[in-house]
Amino acid sequence: MLELEHISYALPDGKQIIRDVSLKIPDEKFVVITGPNGGGKSTLAKIIAGILTPTQGSIRLDGEDITGLGITERANRGISFAFQQPVRFKGITVRDLLSLAAGRELSVKEACGYLTEVGLNGVGYVEREVNASFSGGELKRIEIAMIMARGTKISLFDEPEAGIDLWSFKNLISVFEQMHDQIKGSIVIISHQERILDIADEIVVIADGQIAQIGGKEQILPELLTGAPAPCGCCKGGIC
Amino acid sequence: MNAYDIVMDLVSKVSDISELPQIGAYNIRADGAGAARQNTENIQIITKTDKPGIDIMVKPGTKGEKVFIPAVITRGGVDDLVYNDFYIGEGADVEIIAGCGVHNCDCEDSHHNGIHRFFVEKNARVRYVEKHFGEGTGTGKRIINPVTEVFAEEGSYIEMDTVQIEGVDSTKRVNKAVLKEGASMVVTEKIMTHDDQVAETHFDVDMVGQGSSCHLVSRSVAKDNSRQLFQSYMKGEAQCYGHSECDAIIMDSATVSAIPEVVAADVEAQLVHEATIGKIAGEQLIKLMTLGLTEAQAEEQIINGFLR
Repeated sequence: MLELEHISYALPDGKQIIRDVSLKIPDEKFVVITGPNGGGKSTLAKIIAGILTPTQGSIRLDGEDITGLGITERANRGISFAFQQPVRFKGITVRDLLSLAAGRELSVKEACGYLTEVGLNGVGYVEREVNASFSGGELKRIEIAMIMARGTKISLFDEPEAGIDLWSFKNLISVFEQMHDQIKGSIVIISHQERILDIADEIVVIADGQIAQIGGKEQILPELLTGAPAPCGCCKGGIC
Repeated sequence: MNAYDIVMDLVSKVSDISELPQIGAYNIRADGAGAARQNTENIQIITKTDKPGIDIMVKPGTKGEKVFIPAVITRGGVDDLVYNDFYIGEGADVEIIAGCGVHNCDCEDSHHNGIHRFFVEKNARVRYVEKHFGEGTGTGKRIINPVTEVFAEEGSYIEMDTVQIEGVDSTKRVNKAVLKEGASMVVTEKIMTHDDQVAETHFDVDMVGQGSSCHLVSRSVAKDNSRQLFQSYMKGEAQCYGHSECDAIIMDSATVSAIPEVVAADVEAQLVHEATIGKIAGEQLIKLMTLGLTEAQAEEQIINGFLR
């Protein structure tokens, strides 16, 4: 179980990005975080991964306070994070990255297996450098394949659908469903996509740095889809 | 370690062979003198009579053979100057594995200055691989100053992979090339300097023939207090394509300079230069750390990949 308790985050200039967010992500839950752009979703993901340190509040993983732990320690305790904008590397191949993610040297066949699951077919991909020759969509899929190779108890994805074409989108949904079944961990996805929201156990709406709404998809999704005004944080899920 | 073992250990570090090859041509130079040689039917290695060094004669049409020519220095106080000329016959396709290893546990400096000239005949192809390596606990410096000159005839192709990863205190590399009609050259250079090391590379490429091309890629990592200089001069005197790329990672208190010059003397000459110097991108470190690596491990992966 991942627990965020009264998390706040402010920029050095004092601007408040996250305001007193408390959230529990139970084991094996599929949680989708959504909400308006600029609402603080990505910041929250970076706080969970240890990339940003909250100015207030604490984070617990399976009862252990991990607030003071760095990125590496959190990764080794079972938190994986797929970036919204994947990183390129000169000289490091797709297989290298998948091997680092898996924690052991993967064979070409094993690496191909992960790539095939995210819709990148062909041995040609495996030994390619993860450099500017890849398209944004391909990099996003490699990013997802890395999370699959890690197979940790918390898998965090920041807008995995961005840059993925519509044809592949259906496959992406089944990748997440399959991952959920196989890894038996919690999956947290930041997304604006209705079809991703539709496979969530729980939807968290973040707006203006606060949790505006939280609940099952049956409760939250219809409200989001009816075109009701975007909820704001100040009235805790109400409509101002 | 006895002298033979030191020689073979250095040979293995610079040429990837751990023992003398049964087949194929080789010439091993140790402390300024020839130590072992083998010729083949197609590749003859002949000692020069007017100055130190050898002529490597590859018969026209020779295909798929390798030549090993490592030079090693096993002690301080050696000042080795050698002239090696490679004659690659028409239509041949061969690989040359060179390299220099300096083991210096003494207090006097050791120098190896190798001057290599390549006469690549019509439609011949040659791949030249060179590794430089230094080791030893002495205060004497390990200094390697190589010069390569390439004369590429019509339709020929030369590929040069040069690597200097550790232990060389000072190096000044000078590469010159003249490329005739349809000749191509691809140079990949990898350098890492640390402590107070100094590394300079100078390229001077003249594309005189129609359809000639040159692609230079220099990747380097400068650590600690080391200094690096990359200088390239690329001239196009005909319809040609030239591309040079200097990509450096700078760390600690190091200094890296890149001085590119491209000169077009023909309206059809297309010349491009790219130079990038910067520290390791923070996002690259963070990505690898989210996979469970420590910052130091992430840095090592990034550098190893970059210099691969």
